[in-house]
Amino acid sequence: MDLKYIDEYRNRELAVRYSEMIAAEVSKPWKIMEVCGGQTNCIVRYGLDRMLPSDITLIHGPGCPVCVTSVALIDRALAVAALPGVIFCSFGDMLRVPGSSSDLLSVKARGADVRMVYSPLDAVSLAAANPHRQIVFFAVGFETTAPVTAMAVRRAEAGGLSNFSMIVAHVRVPPVMKVILSSPNTRIDGFLAAGHVCAVTGFREYESFSGEYGVPVVVTGFEPLDILQGVLMTVRQLETGVSRVQNQYSRVVNRDSGAAWELLDSVYEIVDRNWRGLGVISGGGFDLRSRYRRFDASDRFQVPSVEVEENTGCRSGDVLKGIITPVECCKFSAVCTPENPLGAPMVSSEGACAAYYRYRRQ
Amino acid sequence: MDSGAVCPRFISRYPLVTMAHGGGGKLMNQLLEEMIHSVFKSAEEPWRHDGALLESSSAKMAFTTDSYVITPLFFPGGDIGELSVYGTVNDLAMCGSIPRWISLAFILEEGLPMTDLQKVISSVARAAERCGVQVVTGDTKVVEKGKADGLYINTSGIGVMRSETPFIGPASVREGDAVIISGDVGRHGMAVMSVREGLSFSTAIESDMAPLNGPVDHLLTEGIPVHCMRDLTRGGLASSLNEIAAAAGLGIYVAEEDIPVRGEVKAACEVLGYDPLYVANEGCMVLFVPGAAAGDTIGMLRSFDQCRNAAIIGSVVKRGIAPVTVRTVLGTSRVLDMISGEQLPRIC
Repeated sequence: MDLKYIDEYRNRELAVRYSEMIAAEVSKPWKIMEVCGGQTNCIVRYGLDRMLPSDITLIHGPGCPVCVTSVALIDRALAVAALPGVIFCSFGDMLRVPGSSSDLLSVKARGADVRMVYSPLDAVSLAAANPHRQIVFFAVGFETTAPVTAMAVRRAEAGGLSNFSMIVAHVRVPPVMKVILSSPNTRIDGFLAAGHVCAVTGFREYESFSGEYGVPVVVTGFEPLDILQGVLMTVRQLETGVSRVQNQYSRVVNRDSGAAWELLDSVYEIVDRNWRGLGVISGGGFDLRSRYRRFDASDRFQVPSVEVEENTGCRSGDVLKGIITPVECCKFSAVCTPENPLGAPMVSSEGACAAYYRYRRQ
Repeated sequence: MDSGAVCPRFISRYPLVTMAHGGGGKLMNQLLEEMIHSVFKSAEEPWRHDGALLESSSAKMAFTTDSYVITPLFFPGGDIGELSVYGTVNDLAMCGSIPRWISLAFILEEGLPMTDLQKVISSVARAAERCGVQVVTGDTKVVEKGKADGLYINTSGIGVMRSETPFIGPASVREGDAVIISGDVGRHGMAVMSVREGLSFSTAIESDMAPLNGPVDHLLTEGIPVHCMRDLTRGGLASSLNEIAAAAGLGIYVAEEDIPVRGEVKAACEVLGYDPLYVANEGCMVLFVPGAAAGDTIGMLRSFDQCRNAAIIGSVVKRGIAPVTVRTVLGTSRVLDMISGEQLPRIC
């Protein structure tokens, strides 16, 4: 079995040709933000930024769901996971992310039943198979994972499972893009929007704000050639003074949202959400609609909520907003490493700090 | 050796391992006699002693030990029994020694199906025969249900050194050495992952588990001046290269596109967000030989079934900013870091 349409998007000759075309069209410096951590990872792993002319600066965006999950929510998850009778399920990427004093793997080592699952639906199956245990799923992620967690809730409802619940930490991408554009410390000339998020939501929402803020938004995929083509499309808009939404990832994304969005919308409502390192973002998250509130683990389990202070030594907020690159943080690799992370971007596989540490130590 | 030692009588009486099988009494002796001694006894050395007496004309020996705790016990391409032999044999081979003797220690969990134990013992016997090593001593303990995961195995091994072979290890690695891989990477880890996580791929991935002492013996007998060898287990190729580069005080430069990875392994890794360079192997090694000997080495390796995908993947260079650098498929360079903990699948 070969996975088709992967190697084709990692073709060296085409990559070089794109970088030459970009260089030929650039006349002045431009700052382009790739929104998604998956794109950041690809850029650093393949050294795409080094294939671009020096006038193009790629700014890494906040699109790492694990990185922006608030310390308070992680602490709540740790407390629920430690309760007797609970089987706590999480995506693997979340297991090592530090809360204020611990992480899920450490809670597991102290005896909690913490399990890594690939899908929230696995957690629903666990609930059906273990009627005398409480199954809690840590629902983390952008618009990409929210439809599946919504489906988990619907399945639990259909199966009459009263022992399934979730800690909902879902976040939304468009509001944070607006926050970044409004920030006085950042100047972003154009966006590579997160292709997989748009696969769920469509990209109508970007059309108004592209015009409002006068920035090109190019919906972009995750392979090297996707990103280079996305940069080329952005540069062409910038150089010709245009700002509109274009779709590079047309093999996956349509203008309108699809069935996944309908599912998501039926279970979740838009709420304000505290983003780690960025603060409360208006409309920046999803939470369960009232008719599904009984699946909310935060209501079901009374755990003390503690006001926590963010680790002030960690500049992950500035990294997530694109104000600094990871290597510009004085803690990077000196004090902060994947083994001893000060912040989540050093732990997550989507995190910019982890990507720089892994692929580009300096 | 008759590795198919069938013990229907014993198994039908005791379909499951009980605490009594580790109690030191008659029942334990029956278990040892009927299921273990009968398989491994040799003509000259009865297995009734507290230890084995070994005889060797070599002044220098290699000695290693390893424990095997894999879940599940049986996986596509092999089981814990074979693994416990090949793992230790390969460690001995990497030292440049000829593996000769191994010990076999079981920790059994109460309730383990006796048929599983029998299958594992048969695998151990078959693997030992394939490697040309003798199982000369052993131990069996039983722990309460819940205190172990079916069964654990520890094997220790002794190999005899060839008198004429110079030291093989990181300290012998030199700038200009070719870096050679004996086969495609990532198969064992993805095979185990696929059953452990209940993932089914359209093509089943089987473990690459295999002994490497045959190929190594051939290279050394033919006079290939091997500077260093390392079998790739946990942490995969990336971790071994980093360990060797750090210990040698040199740099290693490899080309990503020259590292063989099977299509189905690559696809499974893509889906789960894993990097095959960090995934475990159990029948694959990386070798460092002088550049001039690289061609011969590849030719000799490829004559062995388990090494038929052998390839030159890079060379040893001066130490740069990082121990290991990789040229990506796009022609750019990046650091190939040692993994921090274990690989965790990404969210989206």
